[in-house]
Amino acid sequence: MLPIMKGRITWRALALGVVAWAAMLVAPAPAQAEYGDVVINNYADAAGMRPAVFSHWFHRIRFRCKVCHADLGFQFKAGGNKITMAKIIDGKFCGACHNGEIAWSVENCGMCHSGVPGTPTHFHGSTVQTLVAPPYQPLTGSAAPAPAAAPKK
Amino acid sequence: MNLHKKTLFMVGAFSLFLVGSACSAQPQVAPRPDGSVPVKDLSYAPEYKPVDEMAQSDVQVIHIAQVDDINSFNRNLKKPKGIHLPPAEDGLRDPQNEATHILAAPKPAFEGLPPTEYGNRVDWVKTLDDKKIRPRWEREDPDAEPFVMDLDIVRPVKASVPDVVFPHRQHTEWLFCSNCHPAIFIPQKGANQINMSAILLGQKCGVCHGKVSFPITTKSCRKCHSKPKPDDWKPPLSEATLKNPWK
Repeated sequence: MLPIMKGRITWRALALGVVAWAAMLVAPAPAQAEYGDVVINNYADAAGMRPAVFSHWFHRIRFRCKVCHADLGFQFKAGGNKITMAKIIDGKFCGACHNGEIAWSVENCGMCHSGVPGTPTHFHGSTVQTLVAPPYQPLTGSAAPAPAAAPKK
Repeated sequence: MNLHKKTLFMVGAFSLFLVGSACSAQPQVAPRPDGSVPVKDLSYAPEYKPVDEMAQSDVQVIHIAQVDDINSFNRNLKKPKGIHLPPAEDGLRDPQNEATHILAAPKPAFEGLPPTEYGNRVDWVKTLDDKKIRPRWEREDPDAEPFVMDLDIVRPVKASVPDVVFPHRQHTEWLFCSNCHPAIFIPQKGANQINMSAILLGQKCGVCHGKVSFPITTKSCRKCHSKPKPDDWKPPLSEATLKNPWK
């Protein structure tokens, strides 16, 4: 129905409609990554790196859950392991395999640190993420990521 | 007259209050007899450490993303571009990162694997049973065999939905006992209170189901709720009915 009522155009309704349509067209499409992809951004943004993205599907074709979650001590929680590069180089967590012997080594920064800068730690596509996750609040103060500074490769 | 006196008194009191507060606001530096300057106590201020300005090594704040799927039913919003998109197009990884284009794409990897309608759209348990994939049980030993326990646990459900059968076999193919016991499930009959709300909130079964293993959707109910109710099953009486003294 046209926004013409009682002989005059309700410009307000028209403008609102245009804005709504523009928002729909401009709004970014939701991420379509695989179920089980984990973004880990505990320290990466603050350090000027892209956040690390872990693919469960890729790893579960090659290893059973037990290898990482029992032998290597990974917790069942996104961002709950407080992984740092120091620990990985030390042979803990990812570094148990990503050492150049079982899988490629830590020199390939961009293979893990491939996330869109500023993406918070979360479990992509998880039920909790869909239903009950609290709103994302960016860090404030010195730990806040600098959006202008492009992360180094 | 009485009122006038009262007003005068109030004005006087107010002006005294103003003057007093103005005087006390100014710092009163008491001169010392020897002429030295008193040292201010700075214990309230945090110690300045230049190292802290560089980087916070132990940042405790964990980012959590926004709820993004609330309006997925809105047909005016953008449609998903498709399933199993390559890493550069999935919206999570940065296409400007060169290594993103080297990463493996899911679509070729999932070809030939038994499909489902949820999660990765791959039936991982069937994939493993059919030996379509050979994931390692030990990190360095490709031939190690898992410690499989074939024990089904039947959990009667209060509601009228079918009872839950928990198969240990499928779970021990992937996981080790210590992954679930005793932190998530106490290995004792009747010791675990499980309900769907807890699972949807990421507790109990929801620690994995809803994150990596098959999610809770309207199409996956029957994967767990698989044992039909016994013929003589009746809905349980409510607490109020049971405690009713006039029953």
